[in-house]
Amino acid sequence: MNRAHPYLPNSVPKIKERMMDEIGVKSIDDLYVNIPENLRFKGELQVPGPYTEQEVKKLVSNTLERNTPLKCPPFLGGGVWPHYVPSVVDEVVHRAEFLTSYTPYQPEISQGILQSIFEYQSLICELVEMAVANASMYDWSSALGEAALLANRLNHREIILVPSYISPSRLAVLKTYTIPAGMNIEKVNHDPKTGMMDLEDLKAKAGDRTAAVYVEMPSYLGFTEENVEAIGEIAHEKKSLYITGVDPISLGILKAPGSYGADVVVGEGQPLGNHMSYGGPLLGIFACNHDNAIIRQMPGRIIGVTETLADKRRAFIMTLQTREQHIRREKATSNICSNQALCSVASAVYLSLLGPNGLRDLAETCTSRANYLMNNINDLDGVKAPIFNAYHFKEFTVKYGKKKASEVNKMLLAHGYQGGKPLKTDFPELNESSLFCVTEMHTKEDIDGLITALKEATQ
Amino acid sequence: MTVRKFKQADWEEPLIFELSHEGRYGFHPPEVEDAIREKINIERLIPKRIARETPAGLPEVSEMEILRHYIHLSQMNYGVNSGLIYPLGSCTMKYNPIINEVLAGHPSLTETHPDQDSSTVQGILEFLYKLKQGYLSVTGMDDATLQPAAGAHGEWTGIMLIRAYHQEHEDFARRTEIIVPDSAHGTNPASAAMAGFKIIEIPSGSDGCVDLEALRAVAGPQTAGLMLTNPNTLGLFDHQIAEIAEIVHRAGGLMYYDGANLNAIMGKCRPGDMGFDVVHVNLHKTFSTPHGGGGPGSGPVGCKAILAKYLPVPDIVYKDGKYDLSYDKPHSIGKVHGYYGNVNVMLKAYTYMLTMGPKGLKEASELSVLNANYIARKLKDTKGLSLPFAPEKPRMHEAVLSAQKLNEDTTVRSLNVAKNLLDYGLHAPTVYFPLIVPEALMIEPTETEPVEALDDFIEVVKNTCEVAYTNPQEALKAPVNTVVGRLDEAKAAHPKTICLSWRKLCQLIEE
Repeated sequence: MNRAHPYLPNSVPKIKERMMDEIGVKSIDDLYVNIPENLRFKGELQVPGPYTEQEVKKLVSNTLERNTPLKCPPFLGGGVWPHYVPSVVDEVVHRAEFLTSYTPYQPEISQGILQSIFEYQSLICELVEMAVANASMYDWSSALGEAALLANRLNHREIILVPSYISPSRLAVLKTYTIPAGMNIEKVNHDPKTGMMDLEDLKAKAGDRTAAVYVEMPSYLGFTEENVEAIGEIAHEKKSLYITGVDPISLGILKAPGSYGADVVVGEGQPLGNHMSYGGPLLGIFACNHDNAIIRQMPGRIIGVTETLADKRRAFIMTLQTREQHIRREKATSNICSNQALCSVASAVYLSLLGPNGLRDLAETCTSRANYLMNNINDLDGVKAPIFNAYHFKEFTVKYGKKKASEVNKMLLAHGYQGGKPLKTDFPELNESSLFCVTEMHTKEDIDGLITALKEATQ
Repeated sequence: MTVRKFKQADWEEPLIFELSHEGRYGFHPPEVEDAIREKINIERLIPKRIARETPAGLPEVSEMEILRHYIHLSQMNYGVNSGLIYPLGSCTMKYNPIINEVLAGHPSLTETHPDQDSSTVQGILEFLYKLKQGYLSVTGMDDATLQPAAGAHGEWTGIMLIRAYHQEHEDFARRTEIIVPDSAHGTNPASAAMAGFKIIEIPSGSDGCVDLEALRAVAGPQTAGLMLTNPNTLGLFDHQIAEIAEIVHRAGGLMYYDGANLNAIMGKCRPGDMGFDVVHVNLHKTFSTPHGGGGPGSGPVGCKAILAKYLPVPDIVYKDGKYDLSYDKPHSIGKVHGYYGNVNVMLKAYTYMLTMGPKGLKEASELSVLNANYIARKLKDTKGLSLPFAPEKPRMHEAVLSAQKLNEDTTVRSLNVAKNLLDYGLHAPTVYFPLIVPEALMIEPTETEPVEALDDFIEVVKNTCEVAYTNPQEALKAPVNTVVGRLDEAKAAHPKTICLSWRKLCQLIEE
């Protein structure tokens, strides 16, 4: 049967013919006359379908269900974390008026998304204690890349100092971003006992070519960096920018970067109401001080407050657009156009739902359960957790004495558990070890089950 | 006017902070089990010097208040699925199918961590692999990465591939220039600059296409590549594309295809057959995934075999009946995203592809072109408007009208035409772009708009032009049926009044 496709209202032959009549063409191909004959595609696209909605639902669901279900959420973190997404968040981001709108170029008809993103910016500012946040970057990694480029534009220096235990994927993206600008990344040594940055080494390496000093808090390997204040002072002595990268959930109980001197804060907003979705979409947090020089060099969309011309009513609008690609072209502060706006709306809803006390409760639950699992793993024979002697927030390292990390994970999987991420490839010196993560999604029952399975797997 | 009346909902919605009441909760995270609390003493656990002393200044609001707040805000917004027509040129605001959203909410996808063992994510890897195969067929390319999170991210990734290519061919030191036509999207020069290149802008010819003489004059041993949208931002297919590619290739440069306008040509012609070496496609345009108020999108990059080894890691591979991620790519430019890109968006695009099939994709392109021409032909002779650059040529999926005459005759600008559309519940086209058209109205209706919506759009534009000539003051008033009227843009950006957060707003109010 030759039915008009549900998404194509003008495919009804009579309508199509009438439209062609009215514009004076005999066939659709008359409209494609400018494509030279030899460039026209004569074959059929190698794409399955068409399927009806009912068929496609079954087909795609069946494909997705070829994933192996786990007994409980994976014990994985590192940049994407299993956190609960409250129902209200999903309800709001599925509203067609938000979901199917575009960048609010017409502010009069887009006050809803403008205000929501302004609220997101404001909530992030409260969380990290900074004055300004942008509407979003793609993820933590790209936010870090952009922060490094910002530092370079501000002080024309080319070295970024990073912790030796920086997340490997963030480091990889940072490299891709900074290489064209002629920048270099240097690692600062760590204290072998605590994993924290070696301040003497930092002092030795920081100099008048240091564009910025970057720390992650908590670190990629889960230990907290206790010298965040001192690191910032060293950076500032050298007139370098101080960039900190955060897991926002930790800020329920850990100091905000604004309180220890950060100039730019980046981080991953995924845990604030965004599903893991196999790593994307994520939400790059980007915040800074209200310093005119920095603000005018910031990448990305920014929503500001203004008022109506006629009756001075409060309203919201995209501002500082003269930094952006559609106006400045090659001189823009970044090429970013589409960003992660809807993820920032999700995070605004999430932070509003949790409030200051909910966020603290959540952080306490995460860290208590994580430390409970860590202590119990450490009690197992021939296993050490954590490797570093420091406070760990919700992630920690486990070192295996007898087994390979990959073997342990294989045995855990047989019990339905996804164990921590093996670390040897990225950090050979850590040998057979893994990075575990525990959140509020892991109940005591899940954790105890994992411990039993680990006991068997590590012997 | 036969077009229906419109009034946007307005709740005078306060900021979420202004709804705060101490002690209220909107959500309870689970509390720590007593058995764990007995063993783990939080007070002693967290070192004092890094412990947060004062809770974050977040609002305290109950669940229903929060829900209502954001639903109110949503009602003060305009989407393609909730509005009427959203003809934003170069943005392809087509219908965003609901089934895509339903499937993208499948917990097998949403609750999966990117570092899980590949044996547990076979379903996800399978659909990503198949999406890539379909993508290669539509674009005519040999290999692709799905990693870039947006169109501009894809452009930059693609230019980084070109950079890597010249670097390996020891040509990099002198190949410092990327050529971009003056009609290009702003992201093109910005992306090439981020990849470290100097931008050489060339003018368009009188027919709106690339001026071959201008191109020949700048192409040379310093050329790394050319970035081009075809059909271009005027909605014109550049028929000289084969010659353009030859000029660039002969100079030793590579051809980059900006896929922002791919919606015009699916199944009709392919970038790979036109001589392009690298492409990006915006899944949030051509493949129907929602724009989300500005994102998340997805901008996969495809390339010819000569560039495949430089693609970002990891690769999705299929071997011995199993899907896996491979990092074995020594020439790769590295990573451009923390993980594998906006996978959830990709599932929507995959669903769309299956729903349309090869014939449906082709028909979608054809109807997008029919719709754009229908509007262009019916509006081009309206008093005050014109269709600059080869008005006799058919447009592709979009058309750019100029309101220059209208502005000269009446002071009414294309911006005012846009605002008048808003008053009838129709979204405005893109205005003032491309830069080569004065008082531009860049109209892309897409294939999912019924002819009735096109007629409404045409009627309102015609009516606005008529009003402009008879009573210009009336035409300058709009919008009046939206939540707010025209805004003070200068105040938003002025150093003394700029306010980008609630904290700053409180400060300004105090002052």
